[in-house]
Amino acid sequence: MDHSLPLTLTVNGTRVTSRVEPRTHLIDFLRDTAGLTGSHIGCEHGVCGACTVRVDGLIVRGCLTLAVQCEGKTVDTIEGLSDSGELAELQQAFHERNALQCGYCTPGMLVAALDLVKSEPDASRERIREHLSGNYCRCTGYQAIVDAIETVLAMRRTTAKAAGARP
Amino acid sequence: MTARDELPVKDSKTRTQSGYIGKSEPRANAKRLLQGRGSFIDDLRFPRLAHVAFLRSPHAHAKIKSMDFSKARAAPGVIGVFDGRAVAEYCSPWIGVLGHLKGIKSPPQYPLAIERACWQGEAVAAVVAETRAQAEDAVELVAAEWDPLPAVIDMHESLSGKVVIHPEFEDNICFSRQIDNGEVDAAFKNADVVVEESYSFGRHTGVCLEGRAILADYNAGEHMLTVHHATQAPHMMQDIFSKHLNLPEANVRVICRDIGGAYGIKVHVYPDEMCTAALSIMLRRPVKFVADRLESFLSDIHAREHKVTVRLAATKDGEILAFDLDDLTAIGPYSVYPRTSGIEGNQVVNLTGGPYKHKHYRASLNVVFTNKNVTCQYRAVGHPIAVALTEGIVDLAAQKLGMDPAEFRRRNMIPDDAYPYTGAAGMKYEVLTHHQCLDKLLSLMDYKGLRAEQAELRKKGVYRGIGLAAMIEVTNPSPAFYGVGGARISAQDGATLRLEPTGMLTVLSSVTEQGQGTEGIFAQIAATVVGVTMDKVKVITGDTSTTPYGGGTWASRGAGIGGEAVLQAGKALRSNILDIAAAILNVDKADLDIFSNEVIDLASGESKLPLAELGRVAYFRPDTLPMKFQSELMVTRHYTPREYGFTFTNGIQASLVEVDVETGFVKLLKHWCVEDCGTVINPLLVDEQIRGGVVQGIGAALFEECHYSEDGQLQNATMADYLVPMSGEMPDIVCGHVESKTRTSELGAKGVGEAGTAGAPGAVMNAINDALSSLGARVTTMPFTPERVLDALGKK
Repeated sequence: MDHSLPLTLTVNGTRVTSRVEPRTHLIDFLRDTAGLTGSHIGCEHGVCGACTVRVDGLIVRGCLTLAVQCEGKTVDTIEGLSDSGELAELQQAFHERNALQCGYCTPGMLVAALDLVKSEPDASRERIREHLSGNYCRCTGYQAIVDAIETVLAMRRTTAKAAGARP
Repeated sequence: MTARDELPVKDSKTRTQSGYIGKSEPRANAKRLLQGRGSFIDDLRFPRLAHVAFLRSPHAHAKIKSMDFSKARAAPGVIGVFDGRAVAEYCSPWIGVLGHLKGIKSPPQYPLAIERACWQGEAVAAVVAETRAQAEDAVELVAAEWDPLPAVIDMHESLSGKVVIHPEFEDNICFSRQIDNGEVDAAFKNADVVVEESYSFGRHTGVCLEGRAILADYNAGEHMLTVHHATQAPHMMQDIFSKHLNLPEANVRVICRDIGGAYGIKVHVYPDEMCTAALSIMLRRPVKFVADRLESFLSDIHAREHKVTVRLAATKDGEILAFDLDDLTAIGPYSVYPRTSGIEGNQVVNLTGGPYKHKHYRASLNVVFTNKNVTCQYRAVGHPIAVALTEGIVDLAAQKLGMDPAEFRRRNMIPDDAYPYTGAAGMKYEVLTHHQCLDKLLSLMDYKGLRAEQAELRKKGVYRGIGLAAMIEVTNPSPAFYGVGGARISAQDGATLRLEPTGMLTVLSSVTEQGQGTEGIFAQIAATVVGVTMDKVKVITGDTSTTPYGGGTWASRGAGIGGEAVLQAGKALRSNILDIAAAILNVDKADLDIFSNEVIDLASGESKLPLAELGRVAYFRPDTLPMKFQSELMVTRHYTPREYGFTFTNGIQASLVEVDVETGFVKLLKHWCVEDCGTVINPLLVDEQIRGGVVQGIGAALFEECHYSEDGQLQNATMADYLVPMSGEMPDIVCGHVESKTRTSELGAKGVGEAGTAGAPGAVMNAINDALSSLGARVTTMPFTPERVLDALGKK
């Protein structure tokens, strides 16, 4: 019994066409069909945030999204966001601050952090903590992650100010 | 800084290494993880990979009447369905006992339960299919008939022995131990003040974000089993696969690359993992098992379920005379192999009262079987319990004496100049710094200022509390921990260093990396000792076929033991490099040194020979060297701690909380930790180990508990129901250090991985009780949920 449906979407800038079972979650499609294993599976019910990816510019849980829901959509994962340089500042800040240990939560954490950095340039420390409260990290205790994001926000504000000050 | 300041030490009497040791170097291996380009087990792709899913017992205790596999075997994609007897043909059972835990007992355990399941979640059948989804679909088609047996869920009921779980035993006691160093009753009789309290510690678990994972790949042509395994102890697992699957040791290779959190959860033998390895042999193809979240809650080891009553005797001047405790802990139906489930209770009785100089000590421990998931060693093993009950009763005594808790501790802590010192529980301490740590903590947190602020806010109806928790921590365990009891677990670690032809340095270590920064600090040590820059060093860990033999990563041993092996190998390699340089340059070896990838003249610092040139000559033109000279650019050294059973560390934590006495909610405002882990190799990594550990300890104190129903059903086996600390509720954590180096090694490093988890629950408990003290309320049952806080306030 083949219930599979055709699916075409754009993953990290590349068009991908496949057939998928309707029950296949986006995270399983990305990992098993597209071969992008950077986004991880942690809880499979939307609590831990390890599978956070971007669909049409918004962050979603890969384990709560069905692959077939992404027909015609644009999906960005940690691999694509790394190669495009979009995450470079955050990655560098995470590295310097040791804002990761085992690294399993990190791709989801970075995608969630990027969302905040882009949407709330003035986010306070408390807002950072709140924004990340759907991303579980068992290793770091979160402080280093919050510090790293705070650093990037401050850096971006300084750059923006300098750019604004120019005639 | 001059070049000479940066030089590695040459005087063997000088203990402080310069160079990269002590510097906050970011970890090179973190970069791939930041790009999602790590290599976790579930990321591996193999041809003909089969997936296994397990049928698990829905009952806490039941006989398996029958299992019908016919429908499952006919399901799409199914390769095979197996019961316990079929797998037992290929994998022998094991028993989780150790010789030095006198009297410990446990029944044989099989990869899949045969005849009888002893906890809800115990695997009883394995379904192997082309995909995990197909395997799970087929598991649902197994028709199993059960005959439920009486389940023993409560630890007191287990101790009473009215229902005995294992028919081969007369009672449910796995292990018991008594310590009595004498005159305890007399001390209590003569005391001015006696306090007594009972504490209860919730059963909780590690919640690694990556589930347990194994990919076993048997090659029938070579009779070789390669196991890609998320494990903290690859050589231990090699030995175990070899023994129980009946393969020669050399025909088992265990590889562990990236591991998504371990914390002690991934250092044990799990039946479903042994089954996966056996299935690979049975089916002659690679087989993978990754525990999903439900399986993780049901079958990852749990920890900490203890109920303890403790008494303390003191004089009216505030001198502690004695501790007396009774600990009862429930471990599930089996003692876990090969470390046993007796160790946590054993640690509790070894560590209680640890920071103090009382003379009299008595402890009684009972470890009992129950029909819940098994418990075993999880980060800080026993420490959180020993620290919380010690520090809880110490605070209660201070309160009764009307003495400030910091001052009461100061009067009773072992003096910093008293070492070596043997504590009342019989533990030997080489060098500890309780007083320095206490002083540093009080000034770091502005203790007096906080007390004044607390008093002011109290007048306004704000209930803030300050809690202290002093601690000792077991690190760098010697063979006394496991080896003497017959466990084939190495207390020794090894390091191989190889200078490559281009002047690069390859380091192979038996210690594994789970994110602590093992590879980073080993690169720092190797670069410093040999005299190369960090960018020249590549560290390889986690492969039994390439690294030296060793214990792996657990019990805060990686830096102290594995790091010393790297240091010693580095010294030997450095000497060998200088031999070659002396031969090439035709000068005296003693006049040469290595700095920044070059052999230099010791006196002038002048560059004499780049290591890349030395490598070229040694590997490709040895014909130009003296006839009898053979260069050795690969060196292996091992290190075993021997002088002390453990290299104890110490520290003290403080928690500042605010309790909402209307809702029972506890808000964590700030947390401090001052710790002495000897040589700090990388301050950045050490502080993050502490912070991460503190937050795990806070989880135990406020949120985490595995709730079982009366009939043994785990009721909160999802991450939505089992609460873990998230970023929103966590406080900032301030870290401080005192460095008293251990003299048992040249590196001088003690462990630090578990300190945070050890002390945080006690500090938070004392802070809450401090906040509630004026209301006459105390909490003693962890986790301290709003409901329990309100209950203590009589408001429920």
